[in-house]
Amino acid sequence: MAIAHEFEYFKPESLEEAVKLKARYGDRARLLAGGTDLIVKINDELESPEAVIDLKGIKEMKRLEFKDGRLFIGPLVTFSELIDSPEVREKFPLFIEAAETVASGSIRNRATLVGNICSAVPSLDSGTPLLTYEAEVIARGEDGERTIPIAEWFVGPKKNALKEGEIVVGVSIPEPPKKHGGCYVKLGRYRGEDLAQVGVGILALEGNEYRVAFCAVGPIASRADKIEKLLQGKKLDNGLIEEAIKLVPEEIAPIDDIRATGEYRMHMAGVMLGRGLRAAVARLNGQGPEYGISVI
Amino acid sequence: MKKMITFTINGELRSVEVEPNDILLHILRDKLGVTSPKIGCERGDCGTCTILLNGKSVRSCLMLAVEADGQEIITVEGLSDDGLTPLQDAFIKHNSFQCGFCAPGMILAATELLEKNPHPTKGEVKEAIAGNLCRCTGYEPIIEAVLDVSSQSN
Ligand code: FES
Ligand code: FES
Repeated sequence: MAIAHEFEYFKPESLEEAVKLKARYGDRARLLAGGTDLIVKINDELESPEAVIDLKGIKEMKRLEFKDGRLFIGPLVTFSELIDSPEVREKFPLFIEAAETVASGSIRNRATLVGNICSAVPSLDSGTPLLTYEAEVIARGEDGERTIPIAEWFVGPKKNALKEGEIVVGVSIPEPPKKHGGCYVKLGRYRGEDLAQVGVGILALEGNEYRVAFCAVGPIASRADKIEKLLQGKKLDNGLIEEAIKLVPEEIAPIDDIRATGEYRMHMAGVMLGRGLRAAVARLNGQGPEYGISVI
Repeated sequence: MKKMITFTINGELRSVEVEPNDILLHILRDKLGVTSPKIGCERGDCGTCTILLNGKSVRSCLMLAVEADGQEIITVEGLSDDGLTPLQDAFIKHNSFQCGFCAPGMILAATELLEKNPHPTKGEVKEAIAGNLCRCTGYEPIIEAVLDVSSQSN
C-alpha cells in the first residue's frame, strides 16, 4: 500500500540543484528532510505536492557547527543530534531543555529543527528558545540569500516568512552576550509525548536582563515585550513576579481547543511564567533544578 | 516513476523496486516479508512500526521507501544471530507483553537506549519508550525488563 497521492521524487546532490528545482516547481514542490510532518500531511491529503525534493543528498545541509560566537544549524540537523551535542548543551541550555520535550526519541531521530520552524505550528517547542536566543533564519532563492530574524519568521499558524521558491539553508544563533540561565516550561496533558498546551521560554541574563516568549497561546510563538519591559533591570522578587503575571493577559490570546480551554491556558501561563522566571534566575546563579527537570 | 533501491536489512543486502509514494513500512512487510514492524496508527503516534535505521530508532510509517536507499535497517528479526538477546529474554521473564503488538517497537526502542546508556534510570527508560504505546501491560513489566537487563550488565 502506498500513499494515495502520487508525486515525483527528487534527491538533488547540491544546494544549487535544489534551489533550481524549488524555483521550477514553486509551491507545487515540498521539501523533505525528516518527513515526520510532511508524510502525515500528504497521507491526510492536507498537502498534495507534485514533487517532493529530498534534501538528504546535500552534505552541507547536515552542518552543525559553533564558530565565531554563533551556532549554525543546517536543515538536516535532527533534534537528537542537537541534544547529543555537548557544545550546544553547554552554550544554549534552554534550547536543549526545549528540544528534549519534542515528541519522542524515535521522532527526534528524524525530525529536524528547520523542519519544525518551517511547519510553524503555534505550539512548536523550538519556538521560544529560538525567539529568546534571537536566532536568524537564512533563506536562499534564485535571487540569492537573505536573513530573516526569527521574530519576523512566524507570520501565522503554520505560516512562515519564506517566499515562493525559497529554501531555508540554516538557522544561526548568536551566543548571548552575557552569562545566562534559562527555563522552558511545557504544559502537556501527560508526561511523555504530547504537544504543548502552553509553553514558556525564559532567558535570564546577568545584570537583571530578561527575555520571555510564549508558544501555543496565540496564533504564533512570540516574545512578551510588555513583560520584558517591566522586568528589565529589576531584581526578581515575589512582588515583581506578581506584577509580571498580571501582564500575561495582555501578551497572549489562548483559544479553546481539543487539548485545553483558553481559560485554563491563560491561568497556567501565569503560573508557568512565575516558576520559569524563578528557575531561570536560580540556574543563572548556579542553583535551581537541573536542566530537564520540569518545574510544573 | 519506479525506482530501484538497495539497502541492508538484518545484515542482508536487498534490492526492491518502489514507487516514490510507497511507505517503507509497507515495503518491508509486503515486498520483503519482514513483518515484525506492525501497522498501527500510520501517522507516527504509536511506535509499533519502529525500526533501527543506521542504529537509531525511527518510525517506518513516516518514511518513504526511497529514503531507505543505501541505508542499514535492523528489525527484531535481525537483532541477534543466535537466539534471543538478553533484553528479549527479559521481556519473556517479566511477562512484558500480552498481545505482543507493541513488543517489536518496544524492544527496538529499549535496545537503542541500552546501547547508548547501559544503566538508565527508571525515568530514562520511561522517556525512551514514551513514544511507544501499549494497550495491554500498563508499561510496568516493560520497564522492569529493561531495568533487569541493565542491572545484569556491567
Ligand atoms: S504505525 Fe508508525 S507510529 Fe504508529
Ligand atoms: S502487549 Fe499488547 S499492546 Fe503491548
